Amino acid sequence: MEPIILDCLGLACPMPLVKLNEVISEAEPGARIDVLSDDEGSKVDIPVWCRMRGHEFLERLDRPNGGWIFQVLVSS
Amino acid sequence: MPYLDHASISPITPEVAAAIASAPSEDPTRLHAGARRARQALDAARATCAASIGGRAEEVTFTSGGTEAVVLAVTSAVSAARAARRPLRIVASAIEQRSLLETAASFPDVELISLGVDAHGLVDPAALEAAIGDGAALVAIQVANLEIGTVQPLAELTARRGAWLLADASAAAGWIPLDVSTLGVDLLTVSGSRAGGPAGTGFVWTRSGVRLRPMLRGDDRERGVRAGMPNLPGLVGLAAGLRARIDALPDAEPRMRALTEHLRAQLPTVLDEVIVHGHPQRRVPHIVSFSIPLVEGDALLLGLDARGFAVHSGSACTSSTAEPSHVLAAIGTLTHGAIRVSIGPETTAADLDAFVAALPEVVDAAKARLGRR
Repeated sequence: MEPIILDCLGLACPMPLVKLNEVISEAEPGARIDVLSDDEGSKVDIPVWCRMRGHEFLERLDRPNGGWIFQVLVSS
Repeated sequence: MPYLDHASISPITPEVAAAIASAPSEDPTRLHAGARRARQALDAARATCAASIGGRAEEVTFTSGGTEAVVLAVTSAVSAARAARRPLRIVASAIEQRSLLETAASFPDVELISLGVDAHGLVDPAALEAAIGDGAALVAIQVANLEIGTVQPLAELTARRGAWLLADASAAAGWIPLDVSTLGVDLLTVSGSRAGGPAGTGFVWTRSGVRLRPMLRGDDRERGVRAGMPNLPGLVGLAAGLRARIDALPDAEPRMRALTEHLRAQLPTVLDEVIVHGHPQRRVPHIVSFSIPLVEGDALLLGLDARGFAVHSGSACTSSTAEPSHVLAAIGTLTHGAIRVSIGPETTAADLDAFVAALPEVVDAAKARLGRR
C-alpha cells in the first residue's frame, strides 16, 4: 500500500497534528501516513500523539530541503 | 480580574511597596550617617533572606535576579573545578531553566550531561550516579519546576563524587518551607520577583567553603564577589515580601495546595480531553500546568485574557521556528495547547471556579479557529 503523503510544510503547531488527526480518522488500519513538516513542535508532538492514541510512530527522516518526514502507521 | 501568573512575577503588595519607599538611598559602603543606615538596611535584608531558607547572612550574595544568580553559580562551579582539576562536566536535569542550561552549554571544554526525567518530571537518583561518572564540576537539580511544579527528591541525591550541587529555588522560595541545612545542597538560587519581591532582585546562597567567582568586577561589594551598587530599595522590598510569605506559609501553603488540588481534579470534568502535568503530590502549592490537545496555546491564553484571566502558555505556537518547551518535551507530553495557572496568596476558590467555568467556551473558540468542530 502506498503511503498517504500529508504535506504540512510551513504550518505552525498544532496544525500538523490537527491535520494528521483528520487523516488518521479516515484512514484504513495498517495505512502508512508520511507527514511532511518543518515545525519544531512536530518532532515532539507527533511521536507523543501516536503513543497516546495507540498508533505506531515508525521513523523521523530529514528532508534534504529542510524539515522532516514523520512516518506513522495507523492502528486498528 | 484574577491574576494567575504568580510563577512569572507576583504583583507588589502594599507592604512591599512601603518597604521600598522607606529604604535609604545612600551608598552602604560609605562612612556618613546616611550610609550607615543604608548598610544596616542591607545587612537586615541579607539576614532576612538568609533566614528564609535556613541559612546565615554571610552565606548570601545578592544579585540582579534569578538569572544572574544561576549564571554566577554555574560559572563559579566551572572555575572551581578547573582550579581543583576535577572533571569539567556538568550534570543537569533536562528541565532546568534555560539560563542554567544555556550557561552550562556555553563552555567549549565543559561536557554537559542532560539528566532525563520521568513523565512527572522527577529525576532518578540512581541515574545521577551513572551520569557523574568519574566526577563533575557541578550537579544542577532544581528544587521545583517553574512550568509543571514538580518538587525533586534533593535529599536523596547523595552520590556526588565531589561535585557541587546547585539547587535552583526559583519555583520554590517563598512557596514551600526550605532549609538549606537539610536539603544537602552547596548552592541555592532565588529569584526575588517570584518570591514576593520586586523585579531586579535575587540571591545565591553558598555553603561555607564554596567560593563564588566574580563576573562583575571593580569593587569589594558583596565580599568582592559581585561589584556594582546594590539595588537597596529592591532588596529591602524583597526581604519584606519574602518574610511576609514565610510568616504566612503555615496557613497559606495548605490553603493554596487545596485550591490547586481542586483545580487539578476539576479540569478533566469540564474538558473532553486534558493532560494535567506534574507530580500529583510532590509539587509546589501554586502551579497547575495542563495541555489541551489539538488547540493553540496562545489562542487559549488570549481567549482567557479576554475573559479577565491572566495565565501563561508553556507552548510556542506563534512561529514555526519557535522551539517547543524543553520541559514539556522532556516529560514526553504534547508541547502545544499548554496553559500554566499559578495562583498566589490572594487567590480564592471563587477565582478558580470562574476560571474552570470559562475554560470550555475558550477551548471551543480555539478549536473553531483551527477549523475543528
